[in-house]
Amino acid sequence: MKSRFNRYAWPYALWATVIIVLPLIVIVVFSFRKNGTFTLEGYRMFFTPLYLKVLLKSLELALKATLICLILGYPIALLISREDGKSKNTLMLLLMLPMWINFLLKTYAWRPILGNTGLLNSLLELSGLEKIQFLYTEGAVLLGMVYNFIPFMILPILSVLDKMDHKLIEAARDLGADNRTVFLKVVLPLSLPGIISGISLVFMPSVSTFIIPIILGGGQDMMIGNLIERQFLKVGNWNFGSSISVILMLVILSTMILLSLFDREKREES
Amino acid sequence: MKRKYLPHWLILLLLVFLYMPILVLIIYSFNEGRTGAKWTGFTLRWYMELFRDRNILRAMGYTILIAFIASTFSTIAGTITAWGIRHMKRRSSGLLLSINDLPLLNPDLVTAISLMSLYIFLKMTFGFMTLLLAHIMFSIPYVIITVLPVLRRLSRHQMEAALDLGARPVEALFKIILPQLKQSIISGWLIAFTMSIDDFVISFFTTGSGVSNISIAVFSMARRGINPKINALSSLMFATVIVLLLIINKNRKSRKEDLAIEENILLH
Repeated sequence: MKSRFNRYAWPYALWATVIIVLPLIVIVVFSFRKNGTFTLEGYRMFFTPLYLKVLLKSLELALKATLICLILGYPIALLISREDGKSKNTLMLLLMLPMWINFLLKTYAWRPILGNTGLLNSLLELSGLEKIQFLYTEGAVLLGMVYNFIPFMILPILSVLDKMDHKLIEAARDLGADNRTVFLKVVLPLSLPGIISGISLVFMPSVSTFIIPIILGGGQDMMIGNLIERQFLKVGNWNFGSSISVILMLVILSTMILLSLFDREKREES
Repeated sequence: MKRKYLPHWLILLLLVFLYMPILVLIIYSFNEGRTGAKWTGFTLRWYMELFRDRNILRAMGYTILIAFIASTFSTIAGTITAWGIRHMKRRSSGLLLSINDLPLLNPDLVTAISLMSLYIFLKMTFGFMTLLLAHIMFSIPYVIITVLPVLRRLSRHQMEAALDLGARPVEALFKIILPQLKQSIISGWLIAFTMSIDDFVISFFTTGSGVSNISIAVFSMARRGINPKINALSSLMFATVIVLLLIINKNRKSRKEDLAIEENILLH
């Protein structure tokens, strides 16, 4: 269906090639080059216990964050979807409002709460309990991820649940299914596309974040994002930094492929 | 009705979780004491200091300037491109849209690093221009995926029909096509604008000497330790967001359309 108007997309095609595709090629090239010669050093360096541990830690934290968001987010999405129109819209608006607030400020906002002289510890002191180190722990990093990314889990699930045909649920009930069966055999399978996009929307930013570990983790728990940032801005090892970036891209790409395969399989089943 | 009562607590708990830090920040921004949670008295001192801080004011100026130029340019370029994509062959439009998706799907950090590498590869000087280019780069995709679906719902032959009936191309564009796209174009601009204001990671890696946005300023302030000025700044920005949303909401015919567009981006 070609028409003469298609030429209006050409400038962007050129622009996108230069500023979107070319940078990715540059990164891949950098990851194989050091001082002008071909090398696998960056990759070889990454696959040593020290750096593999960083990758595993990032994957572990991102998985935990995703799981927490799913476990908390799903029931909340389900509850909101059952509200009537007006309060549903209000709740959705309340859910989205924090997404419009600067990510850095929101994360920073946890520091006066978690700090050693912060709100939580003051409350503990008042009730005569021991102070706890909240800030600069792995838990704080996890909290920061869940806090920032949980709307990205709830909203896609909510929108799928919202569009669900209620006649299917009624039909299941008419056929004698109890609440549990209706949920497990009808609602849950139908909401799978929402769950899957929620998982990728939470997992991806979690695994690649470098800001939350710096602000809430004190930069002690290094994640793969911190490693990349450090290689580029502090150490100046571009070859290694690029290699890690390529690996991070591959990790995310394979996660997405895995998720979409799972999605398709489930759809074909039903 | 105990069963119905309990779950609502869950929603309430989530809202408390989401809003507590923001609320705490706002309260602390009026606290006289410099550190800690102790309330030592009401003050507007941090707000005054904020408005005297040259670095922050300059960063604020850059943030708004960059967001304005980037979102306006992206909206125009993105709308024109969407028009072109609409008339492309399936295969080439599919390819271009996949490339368009890359900045949305790739982690910020990788986009930022690769863009920085490109700039270095091309020996560009880091500063205002590189920052602006980066913001335009990640804004156009949002405009395209906001405008294109609406454009696809329009008949392909509207333009031709208008031209056949004797309209000049410009007339056809402004009287037939654009009015139907208006809502999505405005949404595209708003999304691009907020994305630009919110961005830290890409800006952090693509800017240079003396040019920073508010996120970068906050980041360097926070690194230097507790600073109540940040609380004041956050409170002001939160208030601005709420006021803006209220205004937008009032001017909109339906909230549903907004939600639909937001959803389109989320589920993309």
